Amino acid sequence: MLDLGVLAAAAEQVTGVLGDQPAPDAIEARRMQALSLAVHIPIVCFGIAFPAMILFVHGLYLRTGEAHFKALAKRWSKVALTLFAVGVVTGTILSFEFGLLWPDFTATFGEVYGVAFGLEGVAFFLEAIFIAIYVYGWDRLPRRTHFLTGIPIVITGFFGSFCVIAVNGWMNHPEGFGVENGDVVDPEPFNAIFNGNLWHELIHMYLAGYIVAGFIVAGVYAAAHLRGKRDAYHRTGLVVALSFAALAAPAQVIVGDWAGRTVTKDQPIKLAAIEGLPTTTKGAPFTFGGWYDAENNTMNGGIEIPKLLSVLADHDPNATVVGLDTVPPEDRPPVNIVHYSFQIMVGIGTLLAMLGALFVLTLWRHKRLPRSKWFYRGVVVAGPLALVALIAGWVTTEVGRQPWIVYEVMRVEDSVTSSDGLELGFAVLVAVYLLLAVAVAWLLRRLSAQSPEREVVHR
Amino acid sequence: MAEICLGLIFVGLTMYAVLGGADFGAGFWDLTAGGDRRGGPVRGLIQRSMSPVWEANHVWLIFVLVVSWTAFPVAFGAVFTTFLVPLFLAALGIIMRGTAFALRGQAATIKEARVLGAIFALSSVILPFFLGTVLGGIAAGAVDVADPAPSNDAWTSLVAITAGVLAVLTGAYLSAVFLAGDARRAELPDLERAFRARALGIGVVTGAASIGALFVLRSDARPLYDGLTSGAGLAAVIASVAAGIATLALIWTWRFGLARWTAAAAVAAVVLGWWLATRPDVLPGLPLDEAASPDATLTALVISVALGLLLLVPALLYLYRLVLAGTLSQGYEPLDQQFRPTDGDGS
Ligand code: HDD
Ligand code: HEM
Ligand code: HEM
Repeated sequence: MLDLGVLAAAAEQVTGVLGDQPAPDAIEARRMQALSLAVHIPIVCFGIAFPAMILFVHGLYLRTGEAHFKALAKRWSKVALTLFAVGVVTGTILSFEFGLLWPDFTATFGEVYGVAFGLEGVAFFLEAIFIAIYVYGWDRLPRRTHFLTGIPIVITGFFGSFCVIAVNGWMNHPEGFGVENGDVVDPEPFNAIFNGNLWHELIHMYLAGYIVAGFIVAGVYAAAHLRGKRDAYHRTGLVVALSFAALAAPAQVIVGDWAGRTVTKDQPIKLAAIEGLPTTTKGAPFTFGGWYDAENNTMNGGIEIPKLLSVLADHDPNATVVGLDTVPPEDRPPVNIVHYSFQIMVGIGTLLAMLGALFVLTLWRHKRLPRSKWFYRGVVVAGPLALVALIAGWVTTEVGRQPWIVYEVMRVEDSVTSSDGLELGFAVLVAVYLLLAVAVAWLLRRLSAQSPEREVVHR
Repeated sequence: MAEICLGLIFVGLTMYAVLGGADFGAGFWDLTAGGDRRGGPVRGLIQRSMSPVWEANHVWLIFVLVVSWTAFPVAFGAVFTTFLVPLFLAALGIIMRGTAFALRGQAATIKEARVLGAIFALSSVILPFFLGTVLGGIAAGAVDVADPAPSNDAWTSLVAITAGVLAVLTGAYLSAVFLAGDARRAELPDLERAFRARALGIGVVTGAASIGALFVLRSDARPLYDGLTSGAGLAAVIASVAAGIATLALIWTWRFGLARWTAAAAVAAVVLGWWLATRPDVLPGLPLDEAASPDATLTALVISVALGLLLLVPALLYLYRLVLAGTLSQGYEPLDQQFRPTDGDGS
C-alpha cells in the first residue's frame, strides 16, 4: 500500500531556535560529520561483537582448562580494551560535533531525542567500568567472578547501540513531538526513542557489527593459516570469529530486505534514490548501475530487470513505487551516491552471505574446515569488504535522507553552525584520524607479533 | 525538575573536575618528570594508577554533555556555537590524549614510549586549559543566547584565560595528592616523598592563583564575584579554602588517605559555589525556566538517569574498591625499566 500522504504530512517545517546567522559551510560540516562517523563506526563494531567472542572463548577455557583458549581470550581482551579506548575518544568527538557543527539541530530537538543519549551515557559508563575490571582482572579475580564481569560488557554494548540508533532512526522517521508556528512543542521522548526505524536499523547494525568484526578477526587467522600456522590457537581464533560472522551474514540479507520495505513505506524518496527511479511506476523494474541525470530527472544506461523492484519493495510484482518526480528537485537527495552505495552494500552482502553459508555447511556436513586455499583468501578479503559494506550502508541511509537532517521537518542548512573556516578544522581532523589509523594498525601488528604463550604465563 | 537537571550537570561537572582533573594532572606530572631515567619511576606509577580508571573517569564529561543538551538545549547550542575554537581544540586533545595513553601501555621500546608519552602529557595540559577557558568565558557572560556567533574574544578574555590556568593547576594539585597516596599503597617511599613535595608546592601555587582569580572576577565578571562573596556562595568559598588548608596540613603530616578526600572537597566546593552564585540562571541572563526543556523531557531524563544511577553507583564503587585494594593494579615498574633487555609486557 502506498500512502502519498506522508509526503505532504510534514508541511510545517522547523528552521531552528538559535538566531539567523548565515551558515556558509554546510558542506564542510557534512564532510566533518561523515568523516568522524566513518572512523567511529568501524571501531565500535568491535565494541559490539568482540566481547561476545571473547566470552565464548573464555567459556571454552573454563570448561576445558586448555591453555590456548586462555591465551586467545586474554589476547583478544587486550585488543578490545585498546579499541574501546579509541571508540571512546572518537565517540566523544561525535558528541562535541553535535554542538560544534549542528548547534541549531541540538538546540531545537535536544528536548526530543536527548533522553536516548542520556541512556547511552549510562550504558557506556557501565561498559567502561566493566571492561576495565574484566581486562585488568585476568589472573587476579576469582575465575567465576571474572567471567561474570564480562557479561555486562556485552549487554551494555548492545544497549549503547540501541540508544544511538534510536536517535538515527528518529532523524529518519521523526516522531514524538509536534510543530506549532515553526516551534517544536510537546516532546514525548520515549515515543521518539521507539520510532518506526529503530528496530530494523538496530538489528541491521548489530549484525553488521558481528559481520565486520568477525570477518576482520577471522581474516588475521586465515592469513596465518595460509602461512602455515595451523596450531590449536590459530584454529580456534579462526573458527570462533568466522562462526559469528558466518551466521550473521545470511541473516543480514533478510534484515536488509525488511529495512528496504520499511524505507519504501516511510521514506519513499529515499527509496527512489536508492533505486534510481525517476518517475512513479507500477510494476517498477530494478536497475543495475546506470547514471542519474539530475537536470532531466532521467536514469541513463544500467541494466533493468522488469518488475523486480516492485517485488523487492513490496513483495508484489505489480506494486506501485514512488518516483523522484513526486518532490521538487531541491528535495531530492544526491541520487547517484545513494544508488551506488546501496548497490555496493547489497553486492558485498550477497557475497559475504555466500561465503558464510559455505563455511557453515562445510563445518556441518563434513565436520572440518574448508580445504581450498581460495576459501582462506576469501576470508582475508571479506573483512575489508564488510567494512566497505558498512560505510556504504550508512552512506545510503544518511545521504539518502538529504536534504533533511530531521526527515521532512528540518533541513541540514538550517541546523549547521554559522562558523566559517571549517576547512582548516577539517584538514586538521583528517590529519589526526590518519595518525590514529596508523597508531591502531601499529598496535595490532605489535600484538599479533607477540607469541601467544606469554599470555598464559602468570605475571 | 529543571533544578534537578541542573543539579545533575553540576554533580557531573564536580566528578569530572575531581576525577578527570586528577587524570589530567597526572599528565602534567608526566610532562614535567624529566628525562627517561629520572622520570621513569614517576611515569611508571602514573601508568599503573590511571590505566584501570581513566575511561570511566572520562565518561563524566559525556554525561555532562548529554544532560546539558537534553535539559537545556538552547544554552548548549549557544555555548557550542560561541566557543567553537576552544572546544574543537579540546576535542582534538581528547583524541590524542586517550589514544596515546592507551597505546603507551603497549609500547615495546623506550623510543615509542617517549613519543606516545609526550603526546599524552602535552594534550593532558592543553585540554583542561581549553575546557577551563570555556567555563571562564561562560562565567564572564560571553555567550549571547539570542543570537550566538563564534567568537575568539569569548575565550581569550582575562577571566577565560585565568579559568584555563586554574583548571590546569587544580588538576595537577589533585593528582599529586592522589599519587602520593597511591605511592604509599604501592610501598614506594621515594615516590611518596616526591609527590608529597609536589602536592605541597602546587597546593600553595593553586591557592594563590585562586585568590588572584577572585580579583580578576571582581573587575571582569562582577555578578559572579558578588555571588561568590555573599550568602551561600561565600559559604562555599570559605568551605573550599578551609578544605584546601586542611589538605595542606594533612599532606604535611603524611596523611594522604584523608587528604584525598579534603582535596576533592576543596574542588567540589568551588563548583558548588559557582552553582550557588549563578542560581537561578543557567547562563548569565538566561533564567532556568526559560532555558529548560518541557517537563515531559526533563521527567524522562531524570527517570532515565535515576534508573541508570541505580546500576552505575554500585558498579563504580566495585571498580574503585578493586582499584584501591590493588586487585586490578599491574605490577609497578619504572617506565624506562620496562624496556630493558627482556622486552617487558607493558600491560
Ligand atoms: C556489513 C555490513 C552490511 C551488509 C552486508 C548489508 N548492510 Fe544494509 N546497511 C548496513 C550494513 C550492511 C548499515 C549498518 O551500514 C546500515 C546503515 C543504517 C542501518 O541501519 O544499517 C545499512 C542500511 C541499509 C538500508 C537503509 C535503511 C534505512 O535507511 O533505514 C537498506 C535498505 C539496507 N541496508 C539493505 C541491505 C540489503 C538488502 C543487504 C543484503 C544484501 C544489506 N543491506 C547488507
Ligand atoms: C546530529 C546528528 C547527525 C547529523 C547532523 C548527521 C548529519 C550527517 C550529514 C550531513 C552527513 C553527510 C551527508 C552528505 O555528505 O551529503 C552524514 C553522513 C553520515 N551520517 Fe549522519 N548525522 C547525524 C547522526 C548520525 C548518526 C546518529 C549516525 C549513526 C548512528 C550517522 C551516520 C552517518 C554516516 C555513516 C554518514 C556517512 C559517512 C560517509 O559519508 O562516509 N549520522 N550525517
Ligand atoms: C552521531 C552518532 C554517535 C555519537 C554521538 C556517539 C557517541 C559515542 C560516545 C560519546 C562514545 C564513548 C562512550 C564512552 O565514553 O564509553 C561512544 C562509544 C560507542 N559507540 Fe558511539 N556514537 C555515535 C554513533 C555510534 C554508532 C552508529 C554506533 C553503532 C551502533 C555506536 C556504538 C558505540 C559503541 C558500541 C561504543 C562503545 C565503545 C566501543 O565499544 O568501542 N556509536 N559513542
